[in-house]
Amino acid sequence: MGRVAIIGVGQSAFVRSYPGGIRELAFEGFKEAILDAGIKVSDISASVVCSAPEYDKQRSPAGVIAEYLGLNPQPTFYVESLCSSSSMGLRVAYSLVKSGLHDIVAVIGFQKMSEITSAESQERMGRGADIQWESPFGTMMPAYYAMYAQAHMAKYGTTLEDLALIRVKAATYGQINEKAVYRKAVTLDMFSDPANPMSGPVASPLRVGDCCANADGSSCVIVANEEKAKIFSKKPVWILGLGSATAPVNVTGRELFTGLAVARAAAEQAYKMAGITPDKVDVAEVHDCFTIAEMMAYEDLGFAKPGEGKDLIRSKETYKEGKIPVNVDGGLLSKGHPIGATGGSQIRTIVLQLRGEAGPMQVKDPVIGLVHNIGGVGLYGNVTILGRE
Amino acid sequence: MEKPRPVIGPDNAFFWEGCKRRQLVFQKCKSCGHVRWPPAHVCPKCLEYDWEEIVSSGQGIIYSYVIYHFPYHPGFREELPYVVALVDLMEGPRVLTNIIECDSSALACDLPVEIVWDEEGEIPIPKFRLRKA
Repeated sequence: MGRVAIIGVGQSAFVRSYPGGIRELAFEGFKEAILDAGIKVSDISASVVCSAPEYDKQRSPAGVIAEYLGLNPQPTFYVESLCSSSSMGLRVAYSLVKSGLHDIVAVIGFQKMSEITSAESQERMGRGADIQWESPFGTMMPAYYAMYAQAHMAKYGTTLEDLALIRVKAATYGQINEKAVYRKAVTLDMFSDPANPMSGPVASPLRVGDCCANADGSSCVIVANEEKAKIFSKKPVWILGLGSATAPVNVTGRELFTGLAVARAAAEQAYKMAGITPDKVDVAEVHDCFTIAEMMAYEDLGFAKPGEGKDLIRSKETYKEGKIPVNVDGGLLSKGHPIGATGGSQIRTIVLQLRGEAGPMQVKDPVIGLVHNIGGVGLYGNVTILGRE
Repeated sequence: MEKPRPVIGPDNAFFWEGCKRRQLVFQKCKSCGHVRWPPAHVCPKCLEYDWEEIVSSGQGIIYSYVIYHFPYHPGFREELPYVVALVDLMEGPRVLTNIIECDSSALACDLPVEIVWDEEGEIPIPKFRLRKA
């Protein structure tokens, strides 16, 4: 059985509120990917559609999107694992191609977060708490990242300024990414100025500036077998390693709060499959839904030892010119986090980096790239390792 | 608006019945001795059904905590800022709870805490406060 490649990538601009519906939104990322791959829509033999249904008004969205994109009568799959849906979609596409069942598969991620109001969104996220053992205590699922931040700070001496440095880095690259939702600079001063909105407490220790931006957006990744990749692509990017893991939904069932067990498990699998060690990674996209999430990712992926992630950001080693550039497209913090589209957008960034086509965000001559995409608060973990010839 | 209240069902009634007696009770597997949380009808370690009730001392330490500045449920608006914490109990289980009767700036991971019953609703809810010296 041959190798599996990514031959095309695309994404819409990530925006605060997309004026069209989910079909039109999905089309934007899809069209860019088709043009990038140089294939016709009829070359695609199956599609995998990914979103987080808590934001969708449309039930069973794969059907309406496959219809709108001209993908009938080929089969379509709907894959959901919250914020890691489209990385999970890539895993499904890899399996479909590797099995020989399909030769070219499109992974389409989308989310129109603005489809529901902010109040509805909060209400739905609140309902994500366990009504029996969590809701009576006023909890809310994403705030559990603050629980991790507090534990990490207590155990390792990570500071609020370290977390702010991650936000400053994200904004550095968000400013030069024309598809990012947040294009403004962020400085450390903003976090120490009580009058600045960035410093406002949300769920302490996390502040407004520690949280990613909601966005509407879509992404698309075209996956092909080796034969088709060689026909269509001058610069195929190969899927070298995949890892995937789950953790208990109920946070009281988790032992570790200074890192994500799912990320560690998924990374171990992906490194083993790719036959590489963390030091071989030249550029990475990690799931920085909150600043603490990027800090833990440095450690969970083996870029730093546990507790030493703060040294990487203090010494700017995760900037574009550093030892291991991370999220040099703005990350979820500045580029935005349209849930179901996020993984595909991260994959797109790494594919462009490996092809040397990342423009002002280009890292010097990367050969191997990594994508770390997490669903829920460490509930689903996906790590993908990509490489060029 | 009312705060969300416990929803009592067959698998968890023993726990809330315990709360009505001001006792924090857990299930201990009769087969392997594992003290499980949250409640379940079967032991997740050995898959056996039989269990006995143990009563917790209500003493533990704060593992980690979050100070909420935003009411994700409107019933908590008046409580802001309030503290949600993971408390490791002496008997083993780690529970999600609120730390009350405290100045949130005095909190830290690993501080000892003790149970205090929130009597606001029909069923007392187990919450914690910093242990008095």
